[in-house]
Parts: sequence; C-alpha cells; structure tokens
Amino acid sequence: MAEKDVIIGLEVHVQLNKLKSKLFCGCSTDYHDSPPNTHTCPVCLGLPGTLPVLNKRAVEYAIRVALALNCEIQGETLFYRKNYYYPDLPKAFQITQYDFPIGLGGKILIKGEDGEEKTIRITRVHMEEDPGRLVHAGTIDRAKYSMVDYNRCGMSLLEVVTEPDMRSPKEARSFLDKLRNILEYLDVFDGDLEGAMRIDSNISLVGGERVEVKNISSHKGVEKALAYEITRQRSARRRGVAQVQETRHYDELRSITVTIRTKEEAHDYRYFPEPDLVPMRIADWVPRVEAELPELPDAKRERFVSEYGIADDHAKSLTSEIRVANFYEDVAKRVSPRLAAVWIADVLKGELNYRDVSIDRFSPDHLVEILDLLEKGKITEKGAVEVIRTILDTGGDPAKVVAAKGLAKAEDDAVMDAVRSAVAECAQAVADYRSGNEKAINFIVGMVMKKTRGRADPGEANRLVKEVLDET
Amino acid sequence: MLRELKEELAAGASAEEKVSALFSKIKKSKLNAYNNLSEDSAFKRAREFDSAPWSGLLAGVPIAIKSCISTRGIETNCSSRILEGYIPPYDAHVIERLKEEGAIIIGKTNMDEFAMGTSTESSYFGPTRNPWDLDRVPGGSSGGSAAAVAAGEAPCALGSDTGGSIRCPASFCGIVGLKPTYGLVSRYGLVSYANSLEQIGPLTLSVEDAALVMEVIAGHDKRDSTSIKSDVAYLSGLDGGVEGLVCGVPKEYFGEGVDPEVEKAVWDAISKLEVLGASWKEVSLPHTKYALAAYYIIAMSEASSNLARFDGLRYGLRLGADQDWHTTFSEIRAVGFGPEVKRRILLGTYALSAGYYGRYYLKALKVRTLIKQDFERALSTGGAGVLVTPTMPFPAFKIGERIEDPLSLYMADVFTVPINLAGVPAISMPCGFAGGLPIGLQIIGRHFDEKTVFRAAKAFEDATPYHETVPKEVA
Amino acid sequence: MDHIGWLASIKVAEEEKEGFVASFNSVLDYFHQLDELDTEDVEPTYRVVELTNVFREDEVGESMSQEESLSNAPRRENGYFKSPRIV
Repeated sequence: MAEKDVIIGLEVHVQLNKLKSKLFCGCSTDYHDSPPNTHTCPVCLGLPGTLPVLNKRAVEYAIRVALALNCEIQGETLFYRKNYYYPDLPKAFQITQYDFPIGLGGKILIKGEDGEEKTIRITRVHMEEDPGRLVHAGTIDRAKYSMVDYNRCGMSLLEVVTEPDMRSPKEARSFLDKLRNILEYLDVFDGDLEGAMRIDSNISLVGGERVEVKNISSHKGVEKALAYEITRQRSARRRGVAQVQETRHYDELRSITVTIRTKEEAHDYRYFPEPDLVPMRIADWVPRVEAELPELPDAKRERFVSEYGIADDHAKSLTSEIRVANFYEDVAKRVSPRLAAVWIADVLKGELNYRDVSIDRFSPDHLVEILDLLEKGKITEKGAVEVIRTILDTGGDPAKVVAAKGLAKAEDDAVMDAVRSAVAECAQAVADYRSGNEKAINFIVGMVMKKTRGRADPGEANRLVKEVLDET
Repeated sequence: MLRELKEELAAGASAEEKVSALFSKIKKSKLNAYNNLSEDSAFKRAREFDSAPWSGLLAGVPIAIKSCISTRGIETNCSSRILEGYIPPYDAHVIERLKEEGAIIIGKTNMDEFAMGTSTESSYFGPTRNPWDLDRVPGGSSGGSAAAVAAGEAPCALGSDTGGSIRCPASFCGIVGLKPTYGLVSRYGLVSYANSLEQIGPLTLSVEDAALVMEVIAGHDKRDSTSIKSDVAYLSGLDGGVEGLVCGVPKEYFGEGVDPEVEKAVWDAISKLEVLGASWKEVSLPHTKYALAAYYIIAMSEASSNLARFDGLRYGLRLGADQDWHTTFSEIRAVGFGPEVKRRILLGTYALSAGYYGRYYLKALKVRTLIKQDFERALSTGGAGVLVTPTMPFPAFKIGERIEDPLSLYMADVFTVPINLAGVPAISMPCGFAGGLPIGLQIIGRHFDEKTVFRAAKAFEDATPYHETVPKEVA
Repeated sequence: MDHIGWLASIKVAEEEKEGFVASFNSVLDYFHQLDELDTEDVEPTYRVVELTNVFREDEVGESMSQEESLSNAPRRENGYFKSPRIV
C-alpha cells in the first residue's frame, strides 16, 4: 500500500563485473570462487608507493548506464578521495566521484502503487572503487576479531542515487527490478553474481528524521527491510518516541533492522580531487556510445507488441529479463509467436520461478519441439506442462519424455472406443443429460478419461461424447 | 665520477671489490647515512657482473636508494618505526630502470621520516651527520643519500624532492642534486608524501653524473597517470656552454634573511656565468613570500591522506593485543609516527576538514597558481632561459639547533618550495664555502628544459674547482 | 584537537596535546598570511601537469599470490588479514 507519509530514496551500488579487470589495476574480476587474497596486486592492496590507472572500458560502461538512465553526461569529470578508516579500505580513502560526477539528472519509469506509470528521478550516477570484504568470526557486534579479503577491492562500481520519490517498499522493489533489468540489457553486469548489487535505503516518515539501512544485497531484502522500518517507525511515533537520524543494518535471518553502534561524531570525508589521476574529457564519446546502446526494455516491449502481435502484459513479462526476451525471440521465429508468448510468459516462467532457476536451464529448441507437438495435436496441454516439468526436474528431451511417460495423446480410434463404451456404461448419466442436465456430461467425460488413463484431451472427449449422444 | 668508474669496470676492475670497499667504509662510518644495506643481493649481482659483464648506462655501478623508494625484497621503511621491517613485493619504476641499465643497488639511505623535514633529524633511526662537520645536519629530507655520496659511501644515489629534499642536502653536502620537472620521472613506487609536488631525482658528485642517471630514470611510465612522454637524451649537448643564455636573478631571493657569505658566493657564480658568455637581468617573483604557507598547506593536506593507510593491518607496526579497530589503529599510529609526522598529519586533516577546506587548501591552490604564473612570466614570456638563486639561505646548521621549533625549520625551505609549487626543474650544485661549509647554487629552468639547466650547470662546474673538494672528515 | 585526532586516527596523549596545540597555533597563524592575497578570480592549480584522459585497456595483468599478498601482514589467519574486532 502506498502511504502518503512514507518517503524512500535509494543508493544502489552496481558492480561492473563484466569488465575483465578492476577499475585501477589489471587484477582479474573473476574472484568469486577464489581463495581469499589471491586477486590482489600492489595497487589494489594499496601498498605504499602504488598509483591508480583508470580502466577505459569502465568509463564507457558508466556512460552507457548514465545514458540508459536518461542522465546528462558531464563533459569534464574527475575522481576525488573520500577519506575514512575501515579495515576493508586499504588506502584509508576510496577513490570516488564527488563534484562533477559522470552523469546527472536522469529518470526511470516504473509502475506505481496505483497502477499508473511513475517517474523515479535519478540524482546522479558516478564511478567509484569497491572496498574489500570483511568476514566476522560471529556477528559484527560480537566477533572477537575480523578477517579481511581484498579480492573484491578495486572492482569498478557505479553508484546510482535516486531522489526520494518512492512511496512504498513495493515501489522500491519495482525500481530495483527495473534498474537491474536495464543493466543486464546493457550487458555491463551479471546480476546473479555475489556482490553484484548492494543497496542502501533511506526511509523516513513525513516530518521525521531519515533512517539509512545499509548494504542489502537482494531486492526482496530491501522490500522486507523497508516494510519492517515503516512499521517500526510508525510504532515509535505512536508511542511518542522521536526518530533520530541513524544508520541501521538489516539482519536477514531475523528480518529486522538493528542500529549499528557508531560514534556521535559525523563523518567528515574531507573530499579533495585525487592528485594521482587526471580529469576525463569525454563529451565526444557520447554520440558513439549512444549509437551503440542496445534496445532497452521499454522499447523492446513496444516492439514485441507491434511486431509479434502479442498482449502488452505478455510483452512486459517477456521483456522483464533480457535472457527471457532473447529466448522468446528465438522460439517465436519457429512457432506461432502468440503461442510462444503464452507458453513462456504464463507457463515456463512459472515453472522456473517455482524451482528458483533461470531460463538458461531450458533449451529453446526443446520448447519449440514441445509447442510443435502441441500444435500437431500429438500431446495435450496438460501433457505439454508435464514434459516441461519433467525436463526441468530430471532432464531429457521432449520426444523421450513423451514416450517414457506415455504422454502421447490417445489416438482418435482409441478415444472413440472409450467414448462409446462410456456412453454405454453410464446409462443414468445419459438419461440425465437427455432430460436437460448439461452437467451430467462431465461424468461421462470423466469415465472416458479414466478409460484412456488421462491421455485423452478433455475438450476433445467432451466434443466426441456430445457427438455420440447426438447420434442417437 | 661515474664515467671513470664505468671505464674501470669495463677495463676489468672487479665490481665485487668496489661493492665490498663501499660496505667496509659504510660500516666504519660515523655518518649514519644508511638505514639498511642489501649486501646479499649486491654481492650476488656484483659477482654475476664480474663473471659475465653486461652493458648498460650504469653497468656495474653501485647506487644507494633513499628509504622511501620501493625496492623488491629490500626493506623500505621511510625511516619510520611504523614501516620498520616492511619489504615491498615490487620495484619502483626507477628501480626497474636502474636494473635494466645494469646498476647494483647497495642499500637504503636515511631520511627525515616520510620525507617530512629539512635536516634528516626526524628519522626514527637517528640523524645523519654532515661529512663536512659531524656536528651539523646534512640537510633533508634526502640527507642520507647526499651524505653518502659526498663521503664516498656511494658513487651516486637517488633521492626525492617535495619541497627541496634533494636540493637542500645537495647544497649542505656540497654535491649536485636535481629536482626534475614534475611528471618527468615516474612516481610509481615512491611512497607518497605530497603527490602533486614530489619527484625522484639524482644526487651525484658531478653534473655529467646527474645527467647520466636522469637518462636512466626519466621517461614515461604507464603505471603513473601523471607521467609525461618526453625525450631523455640529457648527455648530449651537455657541453654546449652558456653563450647567449639569459639568466634571471629574482630579487626576492636575496637580502634579508640570507647569510652574506651565501649571497656573495652566488653573485660570484653569476659573474662567472657572465664571463662564460651568459648575461643576467633582475627579475621579480612577487609571490615568493607566500610560497612557504601555500606549500605547507598543500603538502600537509595531501600527506594526511597519503599516510592514512598506515594502520598495521596489511604491513608495518602492530602492537600487543588488539582492541577494537579504531582504538588499535589510533594507538599504532600514535606510537609508530614521530612528532613531526603526527603534527603534519593533524594539520593536514584540519586543513581539509569541513568548514576549513576553502580557507586553507583551496586558498593555497589559488596562491599556487599565482606562483606558477610568476615563474612563467620570468622564464618563458620574460625571456630568461634559467633563473639563478641560492639554494638555501644559509649553510648547514647544527644538529638540534632548529628541530625544537618547527616553524623555524620550515622557513629554511623558502627558496626551494616555490620550485615544487610551479613544477619547474631545478639543480643545486656547490659554488663556494662559508666557514668550511658548502654553499649551494640553484639553477632553475623552464618546464621540461632540463637540458638548458644541465648545460648551464656544466659550464659553471667546468670553470670552478668546488666539485673536486672532498670533505676533510672523510678524506 | 580531540576531534582532529579522531578524524586522523591518531591517539593524541594528554601530555602531547599542549605541545601540539601550541605549534598548531603558530603554524596556522603563519598560514593566515595568505589572507593578504586577493584570489577571488584565480583558478586553483590542482595539478601542474596538464594531462587529461589517461587510461589503460581493460586487460588482465598479473596478480600476486596469496603468500605475496600476505607477506607483510603482522597477523593473518587462513589466507585472510586478521583485523581487530570492529566494535
């Protein structure tokens, strides 16, 4: 429910994990399954005397993202030092952007609480480096010591900051889903990898102080954390307890937020321009990057509707993930686009979600085969669903599964035999039907299904029963 | 000098013997010019050279390296307790270049802690003594490198210059020291004190030696984003003389505060240059007196950020039992840094902090623009090819004389810091003595015009005997 | 002084405070000289070298081994750097 009193803004950190190397050094970005501290070099470890050198492609990706989010690209942009101490920050400063970030003033369209299209304004997009990763021996507030792995340190991050335009956890979720979708369309990151997206949420009740909930890595987590916060803040307000400006941490296990004990002293980051780097003048890169932008979700959705003649709802569902959209177009080339749309958006996606797996687990060729069998009347719809489920659960290919599970639709003759014998056996039902009880036919159809062991097509059986009954 | 040394080695002299002789001398020395020696690797390399000599601009030549330049496998501690025992796993760019050209690194020299100082008195390992008078400072912060070269404990050395740290000790120790144009020598591997001001440069017994070392270490490095591509053939044209060269003499560098003997020696040098065919004219660098304040604000601000990484987690000092991270780090830093370093970090933190950034840091950067423009006016548009000044306002002072009063120590840098602010090159070379102590002549050039600076310096050196005088204490 | 010490992560001992504050004040007074200059229309010089657009290609280079990375670590455990507890 959108409430008039809730104000939400987000700061999303996106890791450009599709780059091959880190932002300021040549260490590989492929660290996710590696032992700790095996993807570091003197530069990203911040050893005394080392200097950063900027990854050109990271800048291109940043421009790509800023353009896709409708931002103004700053002709001259540069890096700053953000100075603070934390064990995961080897230089005790983070190289980031402050004044003159790469992108300013953009927007994303989402579906608001009331079903209408809503604009979420993007304040800025900027580049920065990732710190390392802390591992605690226990929980953060009770561990006797911590351990640090700098493999992640120096990865390229893009920070996307929104205006506080969201009014509910659901809108926040909607925004994050849309953002992730756009980023995957741009092929700048793989959202499935650990640490790919980290979100800081800012939430307040109108007239109240702002609470920041830091560092949540799932969209669902953000939604839950914000929902919890709204309840907590409202309850405090009702009890007359004032909300102070604070930072909180989301405990995923308990689904609650807790205060991080920090000093009262405000952070003073003492920003100044990074002396070891030089400014970037990239205005003339923009036309080329813009020309090379891929078709984005909204445009693809419109095209699906006009090119394939499918319903907007289906188009929306099919374009919600680039992998699904590509899968759809592959299949729609070879079978009826409308049929493909229904079976991917309504059936396959559901089966995938239920099993929490991605569409990469299913072969487009297999779906084409299944839909082909369906169109030719060789299997029923129920059978088709069964094939999909079986392939997802135990593998195989459509022809083999159909054979193994005996899903081939009953031959017409066999069905006709079953119909005639069912009609013969269900005298009472026949009589009821003849005396005007339409529903009695269901009993007879049920008998037909039993006789054909479910392999008859129910619609077809119904039709044949009526045919036979009308004969006499 | 290096040419003779190279010829001897080429003719069959033993590098191992040379290295061995140096180590003996160093171990008997009273100067405390070195923090740590790299005997094993130096002997190994010397023996390799002796059995199969290689070629290179510095083939077989031993060299000492200031303690803040990273050398793989050799302790690099910046003369600080907080980095005691730190062994870098990588070489600085300049070290790679020295190795490529066949040099043999013999050890790391003493310095003011983290290059913050003008006397080498703030070193955790004790002060270095001036070979001309053991009770006096050698200058700083590259005091160890300069003293070693002056005393024959190394044929040449590398230092770093942020506000005069090569030129000041060169002046006090009576040798040649060059601060290159900013951007000419890669800073990759130089432990940062003030990134926008510092450069690595040579400390040698002669101008030709300095030009030779520069040919090795200067030049573009893609690991340093502030590194410039340029031509580095400094040895050619060295003997071109000074016919027609216009020397600017900035009036702000003479008069009050300058030791009269220093002033006299520098004017004698200017006359000498005239005799050699140059001409001189008075110029003005009107913002000179503001340079010290601007320099220190910028340097301390950058330093406060550069030195924040020293917390004992990845390298360096770690104390007894750990408490919570902030307390632990704060105590390590309180104990690991000396008072001058702490003072500058605290002042720099203050200058950058909220509410003060505009007043100090930003203001200093604007004053820097004015100073840079002063130099551009005097040199390029003004028509002077070089500027000639004293390097230091006085010769070496006594150990302990100024260290208790930080501001008085800062004031000694008055003629050296403007050069770092403007980024122009400058050399210091001996031009006389005051009471037996060397006096330094500073020749300042246009950006990337080291060749003219070298040419003028060489002409003066050839016409004077100062570079041949050896300190009595160590003769 | 306490606040600056906290920001700089340097514990300033009581005995040291007076000395630091005194030298601070004299140095800051000296810095205030710059107030004499009118710099209203002057651009700051952040860098004396006039470069822009210095980049490297997105190529993988060498990384250190775990052993090299940890080689100077005063305290370590199982391939990690051991840090004091956070809170």
